[in-house]
Amino acid sequence: MKYIYLFFLLLFSFGFSQDSGDKNKKEIFIVSGVCDMCKNRIDIGTVKIKGVKYANWDLVSNNLSIIYNSNKINLDSIQKRIAALGHDTGKHKAPKKVYNSLPECCFYKTNTPH
Amino acid sequence: MVKIKLSYLLFFFCFISTAQEMLRGKVFIPSNDGSYQGIGGVNIFWKGTTVGVVSADDGSYSIPISNESKELVIKILGYKEDLVEIVDLYNYDHFLTEQSDELDEVVVMKRKNTIQKSYFKTMNIVSVSSDELLKAACCNVSESFETNPSIDVSFSNAITGVKEVKMLGLESPYLLITEENIPVVRGASQVFGLSFIPGTWVESMQVTKGVGSVVNGFESISGQVNIELNKPISDVPTFINVFRNSMGRNELNFHFNRILNEKLSTGLFIHADQRNEKHDNNNDGFLDTPLVEGYNIFNRWQLTDLERGLVGFFGIKFMKNEKKGGEKFDTNSLLNKLWLSEVKTERLDASFKLGYVNPNIPYQSLGFQMAYSNHDQNSFFGIRNYDVIHRSLYSNLIYNSIIGNTMNKIKTGINLTYDDYEELIDVDKNKTERIDRSVGGYFEYSYDNTTNFSLTAGLRYDIHNNLGSFFTPRLHLRYQPKEKTVMRFSVGSGRKPSNIYAENQEIFSTGRKINITNSSGRFYGLDPEKAWNYGLSFRQGFNLNSTDGDVTFDYYVTDFENQIVVDWETEGELSFYNLNGKSYARSFQLEIDYQLTRKIKMKTAYKNYQVNKQYYSGLKQNPLTPKNRFFINLDYSSDANVKGAFWKFDFTLNNVGKQRLPEHSGLSNLSGMSPSYSLFNSQVTRVFSEKFEIYIGVENLGNYTQKTPILSSENPFSTSFDGTLIYAPITASMIYGGIRLKL
Repeated sequence: MKYIYLFFLLLFSFGFSQDSGDKNKKEIFIVSGVCDMCKNRIDIGTVKIKGVKYANWDLVSNNLSIIYNSNKINLDSIQKRIAALGHDTGKHKAPKKVYNSLPECCFYKTNTPH
Repeated sequence: MVKIKLSYLLFFFCFISTAQEMLRGKVFIPSNDGSYQGIGGVNIFWKGTTVGVVSADDGSYSIPISNESKELVIKILGYKEDLVEIVDLYNYDHFLTEQSDELDEVVVMKRKNTIQKSYFKTMNIVSVSSDELLKAACCNVSESFETNPSIDVSFSNAITGVKEVKMLGLESPYLLITEENIPVVRGASQVFGLSFIPGTWVESMQVTKGVGSVVNGFESISGQVNIELNKPISDVPTFINVFRNSMGRNELNFHFNRILNEKLSTGLFIHADQRNEKHDNNNDGFLDTPLVEGYNIFNRWQLTDLERGLVGFFGIKFMKNEKKGGEKFDTNSLLNKLWLSEVKTERLDASFKLGYVNPNIPYQSLGFQMAYSNHDQNSFFGIRNYDVIHRSLYSNLIYNSIIGNTMNKIKTGINLTYDDYEELIDVDKNKTERIDRSVGGYFEYSYDNTTNFSLTAGLRYDIHNNLGSFFTPRLHLRYQPKEKTVMRFSVGSGRKPSNIYAENQEIFSTGRKINITNSSGRFYGLDPEKAWNYGLSFRQGFNLNSTDGDVTFDYYVTDFENQIVVDWETEGELSFYNLNGKSYARSFQLEIDYQLTRKIKMKTAYKNYQVNKQYYSGLKQNPLTPKNRFFINLDYSSDANVKGAFWKFDFTLNNVGKQRLPEHSGLSNLSGMSPSYSLFNSQVTRVFSEKFEIYIGVENLGNYTQKTPILSSENPFSTSFDGTLIYAPITASMIYGGIRLKL
């Protein structure tokens, strides 16, 4: 009986390492932003999108690395959703209204990176 | 008269608070002759805001204080742009350095607090930096908690001279003490273990209140202390420390660190200590502190291969320590008539750690830890004997990943432990042998909504040959309704083998007759110990007179289901028995940290402990455990001059409340309670440069001592002899000093 618990724990752990198969895709693309607050907004906003597993935005290069489940969402919709948060991506631009409501330090069209 | 003074004071405060609206200072550049001169035209602004000014021709500036940002950007063409976190908002002078050809990264300079509490971690963890350790008088880890209110340090007895740590009112066996997350101070090393870790080896410590994570095992009950040692890659290449105090204690520390290539670095750490002067200031015929001779050697290797995502450590440690105490003697003494003691310890430790992070999937990682130790202690105390050999093997395999996204993290893995104890106990050298083996699996889930709520829920299942098979659940919650308000809750269980002799070695420094009253358990006839711990913590940050402070309330309860009661209540006897009734430790702590002025930091704490257990003679407060304690630490640091030289002053007051004393004819004048008293420590450090500093300090400035630390010292072979009922320091005020060289 004891060993059955352990067996399940082990199985559980290997089960997770298996799921990083084909459906998980890794992408890097540019998202506009200028400060640490932008980083926080982009990282958290992106990871909250259903299907996105991991997001990390770099302030210097403006590169956003993501890992997502391609069965659940595609790259284009992810970029659309990020733009809707107020940060321009390659194809999709942030709506003016959303951009204007960003915190002052995040106005990436006028501010220099800081 | 008092009123007049008060109004002066009020006036003074008002004046300060209006004067604080502006941050003033000067910006300097190096000139050709090596001195510094002011420079005009420098842009100075608060990071992330539009508030900025330009320095005047002589370099001076004044900028309104910003509520949004504490980080000041200082930039002018031709010089390196600097970003400075302004901690103290009075004035700040800045020295620019010339821009080299390449664009350097912006350097962030911070004056960090030496004790840091996080608003974001789910568990109630206090991080202690190595700078905080420097405030302590001396030298090893068990002595270094004297300026830290989360942990209490007991007074060393005259026989072994070792200080034991307590947390939430409970002794160190109920704490899980780990070195880089590998349990180290346990089993045979429980009493002396922390004193065998030299303070200079420590990079930082993390003190967790309440039950810890299931990843590290089932043993933590009241808390966890994790010690991070210096890493060859980040420690200074060469470090030398020399220490001496007025009781004849000498310490030497050398560190050598080399980065061999991009991937491999190594460090060699050597420590030696010695106490060779015989002191008997209270004239009881016994040495006040034992004579000591010892050394520690540690060689570690660090592997970092970022391309492959590998980080590894391999370390091997050896230590030897010899303590001689008891009656003072000279060459004419008849040694066989005297009460003498000796504790000889040799210990070998080897550990191996390897971590792998998948470079393509950064949220997946695998870690493996393995450690072996051989602890060999030979000791005698008068006619009593205690020898122990403890061989231990520990391994842990940890897998980290996520469920869905990085807001849901999991940790899972398996532990294997093996402990082999061989003991020769007391006058007749009774031989006992025990082997503990366990296999355990754990699973821990963490959720963080990234704004104001997080939780960690863990469960482990262990199969142990002497403790049985059992689940250990643990839960931690954090809720942060506002930026500077955080509440935490934790609950969980823990249990441990009852190594009654190894954990209570002081019993041999008495003439008491030792009894064990139960007889069917696996541990010397006794059962294992088991407890639940519940904790609640509330922390509120505030800003008063433009400086930051915070208030923390902690309330923790440990409820024992079984505990081994160590009963000192009858003179001449000492009994061990299984708990029959209630045993609990309730601890309340109120802590206020505040920056008094730009240069003076204050930490204060009030602690109340209700540590009661059911003895055969009734429900009583644990002996030698003060119900009330008060602590204050003031820390002053002057501004660094151009060469980086500055002064540091540190002052600590500890008020120790009344402690219940077990009945003993030698203590009858105190009627069962020790008096309350205060202790003062102070230290001055002169930092000459980044490379060289000198410190000098006084311990027990008020000269408070326990007059008779050894009861029945005139009759050491009688049953009423007792050297362990210590409620106050034995040694009077003591001066110490030392140097630190970092090359």
